[in-house]
Amino acid sequence: MMSLGSKFAEIQAGIDALRALGRNPFDIRFEKILSPTEALLDGRPVLLFGTNNYLGLTFDAACIAESARALHEAGTGTTGSRIANGTYSDHALLERRIAQFYDKRAAMIFTTGYQANLGLISTLAGREDHLLIDADCHASIYDASRLGAAEVIRFRHNDPDDLARRLRRLEGRPGDRIVVTEGIYSMLGDTAPLREIAAVKRELGACLIVDEAHSLGILGERGRGLCEAAGVEADVDFVVGTFSKSLGAIGGFAASDLPGFELLRVVCRPFMFTASLPPAVVASVNASLERIARDPSLGRRVLENARRLYFGLTAAGFQVGPEPNPIVAVKMPDRETAVRFWNRLIEEGLYVNLALPPATPASLSLIRSSVSAAHEEAQIDRAVSIMTAVGHELHVLERRASAAALPAT
Amino acid sequence: MTYNGDTIEAEIVKMLTGRIPAGVQVTGETRIVDGLGLDSVAVLDFIMDLEDHFDISIPLDRIAQVQTVTELSGAIGTLVSARG
Ligand SMILES: Cc1ncc(COP(=O)(O)O)c(C=O)c1O
Repeated sequence: MMSLGSKFAEIQAGIDALRALGRNPFDIRFEKILSPTEALLDGRPVLLFGTNNYLGLTFDAACIAESARALHEAGTGTTGSRIANGTYSDHALLERRIAQFYDKRAAMIFTTGYQANLGLISTLAGREDHLLIDADCHASIYDASRLGAAEVIRFRHNDPDDLARRLRRLEGRPGDRIVVTEGIYSMLGDTAPLREIAAVKRELGACLIVDEAHSLGILGERGRGLCEAAGVEADVDFVVGTFSKSLGAIGGFAASDLPGFELLRVVCRPFMFTASLPPAVVASVNASLERIARDPSLGRRVLENARRLYFGLTAAGFQVGPEPNPIVAVKMPDRETAVRFWNRLIEEGLYVNLALPPATPASLSLIRSSVSAAHEEAQIDRAVSIMTAVGHELHVLERRASAAALPAT
Repeated sequence: MTYNGDTIEAEIVKMLTGRIPAGVQVTGETRIVDGLGLDSVAVLDFIMDLEDHFDISIPLDRIAQVQTVTELSGAIGTLVSARG
């Protein structure tokens, strides 16, 4: 018989090492979710600062009402895929709304954001093509690149010159060049230099895909993401995104002006061979998208909150990511301190994400938090004060202070 | 500069110095994923430095086929000569 224990012995050892220091971070069980910002964990209330619930819409009354209406009208599930079992009117409505929201000719929805990347990228990346992905791209983009037939090249994170060098090395070879970046990167909260990347794309000829998973509803005047904020929407061939973060539900999408986009529906396997989104989810996304299109104040609010957390932690002496965005990552001196830190925060009533190598860039050990428009200022201040107290207790802050005091060599 | 298998392997070993934990001995048979004391992303980042050094791009599927330092230097050699 197959032994999973020996097959995954190293993984098990890794989990055992984490357990020796406290909880299993892969198995956190909330007894109850009280609101977008609070839950019960081990019978005690915790502040939620690790949710990706950027706009706090998971309990929005209009979204819940629309979701309940659809649930009663159309049932709990679609029980099949769009190509085999048909499209419901709300699927079609949501696709039109997304296309409208981005001012693109067409949009396609997927059952998750992961599948949107998997489907779009693997289908575009044909046998003679070349896929160039930012080194810090999400796992779904890496997995898409393995499912596709194209040659895959990683370029240095946020480095347009490196991208240009790699495109030039391909000169004379047949096939399309497909470049993939994200809007806000999910670990450090930094944004892509899209203006420069778009310029490289124009100069050297490539198709550009931007995953706005963490920037939809947050960046740009109309909430369309980094492409809008950077003024490069005309250069972006495909926008990809998810409904699972700012829109508070689940699902993913791709939107494009490219003629023939509709053909993807009958060639894209992660679209074709999985069941479509259930009516209740589609309806709540329709409602949340309508909300952010009508009211950009939530996006402004989450950025204000992000700055409050980011600058609060900076003032306390923590080393954080390069930009004040709704993902705020605190750098820990080492893996073990990160694990202890994360456990202590939970004991003090603060839930954040523990992010360890190899899931992080540059082998960093991070305490990753995500900020919501639903956070009260007092909750953010409390998060800063808990982190600061634990920072002193575990000597993360003293170490930083004394390191800063050392003369430069 | 022209390279052959031995000089490429020597360059790889030289560039690894200072990047891998002290005490790790590198030979041609050293496995790049579990023999260098680096996690999988750190290995990919090191390979980016090699790509800069040799002015090539090594596609990810080629990297996935490579297990040892000698195999890595073979893959680099093929790409360097294809570059001309
Ligand atoms: C950049 C990025 N793309 C795609 C996804 C996948 O989205 P989903 O969780 O909705 O499948 C995520 C998050 O999980 C992400 O961070």
